[in-house]
Amino acid sequence: MKAKEIIIDRNLCKGCSICIHVCPKKTLGISEDINEYGLFYPKVEDLASCIVCRLCELYCPDFAIEVVQE
Amino acid sequence: MISPGEYFVEGDLAAAYGAIKAGCLFFAGYPITPASEITQAMAELLPRVGGKFLQMEDEIASISAIIGASWAGLKSMTATSGPGFSLMQENIGYAAMTETPIVIIDVQRAGPAIGQASRPAQGDIMQSRFGSHGDYETIVLSPNSVQEMFDLTIKAFNLAETYRVPVIVLSDAEVGHMMERLIVPENVEIVNRRIAKSLQETTIYDESLVSPMGRFGDGLELMITGSTHRPDGTRDTGTPEVQESLVKRLVNKIEKNRERIENWEEMYTDDADILVISHGASSRPSKGAVIRARKEGIKAGFLRPKVLWPSPEKRMKELESNVKKVILPEMSLRGYKMEVERIFRGKLLHMPKVGGVVPTVEEILKKIREASL
Amino acid sequence: MITSRYIKENYVRRLPSAFCPGCGDGQILNAIIRAIDHLKIDRKDVAAVSGIGCSAWIPSPYLRVDSLHTTHGRPIAFATGLKVANPRLKVIVVSGDGDATGIGGNHLLHAARSNVGITVIMVNNGLYAMTGGQVAPTTPHEAKTTTTPYGNPAFSLDVSRVVAAAGASYVARWTTWHMNQLIRSIEKAIMKKGFSFIEVLSQCPTYEGRMLNMDHIQMLEWFKNKFREDADGIYKIGEFVDIEKPELTEELEKMIERVKK
Repeated sequence: MKAKEIIIDRNLCKGCSICIHVCPKKTLGISEDINEYGLFYPKVEDLASCIVCRLCELYCPDFAIEVVQE
Repeated sequence: MISPGEYFVEGDLAAAYGAIKAGCLFFAGYPITPASEITQAMAELLPRVGGKFLQMEDEIASISAIIGASWAGLKSMTATSGPGFSLMQENIGYAAMTETPIVIIDVQRAGPAIGQASRPAQGDIMQSRFGSHGDYETIVLSPNSVQEMFDLTIKAFNLAETYRVPVIVLSDAEVGHMMERLIVPENVEIVNRRIAKSLQETTIYDESLVSPMGRFGDGLELMITGSTHRPDGTRDTGTPEVQESLVKRLVNKIEKNRERIENWEEMYTDDADILVISHGASSRPSKGAVIRARKEGIKAGFLRPKVLWPSPEKRMKELESNVKKVILPEMSLRGYKMEVERIFRGKLLHMPKVGGVVPTVEEILKKIREASL
Repeated sequence: MITSRYIKENYVRRLPSAFCPGCGDGQILNAIIRAIDHLKIDRKDVAAVSGIGCSAWIPSPYLRVDSLHTTHGRPIAFATGLKVANPRLKVIVVSGDGDATGIGGNHLLHAARSNVGITVIMVNNGLYAMTGGQVAPTTPHEAKTTTTPYGNPAFSLDVSRVVAAAGASYVARWTTWHMNQLIRSIEKAIMKKGFSFIEVLSQCPTYEGRMLNMDHIQMLEWFKNKFREDADGIYKIGEFVDIEKPELTEELEKMIERVKK
């Protein structure tokens, strides 16, 4: 399975980076930008590597990330 | 069940009969003298009408359970005495804050602490109004006979359902354990809460400042919280106006409707020089003493609040200008004293009797005679 | 497929939550929602009850079902009244370790004993977080908290073992690392006829993190590596009790039918 898009809601993200930690494919990384709370939200480093396992969605405490399947 | 007719029963049992008649379908309680007979009677009666009885692990659990059951839509009650009533205080405030109709019967015994477990007293009057922290109002009823244990328990349910407040029936060991004639009438007036059909409806207050109540399981997605909340239940503890309007309404719900709630009995008050105010068990010898005093030519009058809170403030103020002395016989050193003293000031002759015994007609008559000199 | 968007549209009242960054409470909310959705039960048949503490906020205000946010320590007693009054409801209590075993420990024991058909999800972070990181009945011996600055002189409670001994029909312990196991466990607990109890070790980065000198990622790693089905004591995870036996509301209904005749 391939991901078409990984949507990160910057307004919901609290920058805990649990999604980055649980991702088995290192698809995500920390962005250089901060959101309005001053927190570093995740960014997609390599969309092609995503296998749509959705562990990031399962572990995100804030419902701030969503993988859209191709 | 509880078919119309005459019964010879004790007060506690009459209260249970009243609850069943009022449509109570849920009772949770914990054994305590002198209220255990109510709990036992409810255990026996409720299943026969399809109702649920639970003996809980303590009084805190009991009042918690009846609040939960009330949100499931059932008329709910518990019964206790002083020590248990003290344990219930936090959740009485919770019921007031969440506007949950419940009935609590406190069969008073002498305190403080464990006190005289099987002896009557009237020391919980201020607690029944002010026992929980913060600003709120409850309704407190005071039966003085087996008949009134029945009548006022029904009334307690009706008031709870009308105003969505915890209503307390403040009885005592004397009234709870005495046996007398009880007449169960053919027709009893029953009030049922207005059930909201939408979340929106729960936010619309009528002229009594009460809104229809939601029910768990109806799909309204109710959000009930003891925290400061907006009308739709959303917790908002940071906005001063939200706390202010909520708390003011909780208090005004009783204050603005007080004339509809207040209830008292009076006798010989038109030309009374000496007014005897008394409530509950001590009102019985008080009334007797007033009748005896009249026979002796003393202009004595009698006033008995059947609703202690809100007090018959207006009526007491009317009487204040005409009476010379007020006698308040009661089984407590503080009891109702502050409320009566607030209105009659220097005219009050407080007559507390502690020891777990009801004052006698002779004792009260002696006090009336002294006051008339 | 359950996506974040689907969850937000159907199950969550409002976001962002008030939980600290990295707090496990949001994960547990996520798990409860997924369990309810998997079971395909109508949201109107679910009632959530909670007490006081951070975890009490998981259902109130976030979970979009009828919710009763009660006084400290008492949610299980409120829930018992609610369940007995309307047995059709699936009643879920979400309670912290302080709420469920400190101030409210008695209610937990008696709900397990009476086998009332409610589900208690106890979020265990080993201390009182909302009030500022004080010692709880679950705090390990010698651990430093804001009220045990020289170390905890007392000893901690293995809550799951106590609840199992008290007579619960279902007892399990997981952590926020074990999301899939947790979701399956919540599904089983909700459908269990009798009293069901799930203890979830959850990371509190703010206070527990300070106590353990770990951040939330390190705590999740700790859950992953140290908490195992073959471990001992508090580190043992898995299903401890899974039995069928008569349940309180059903017994009450039977009694009423018998008496009414």
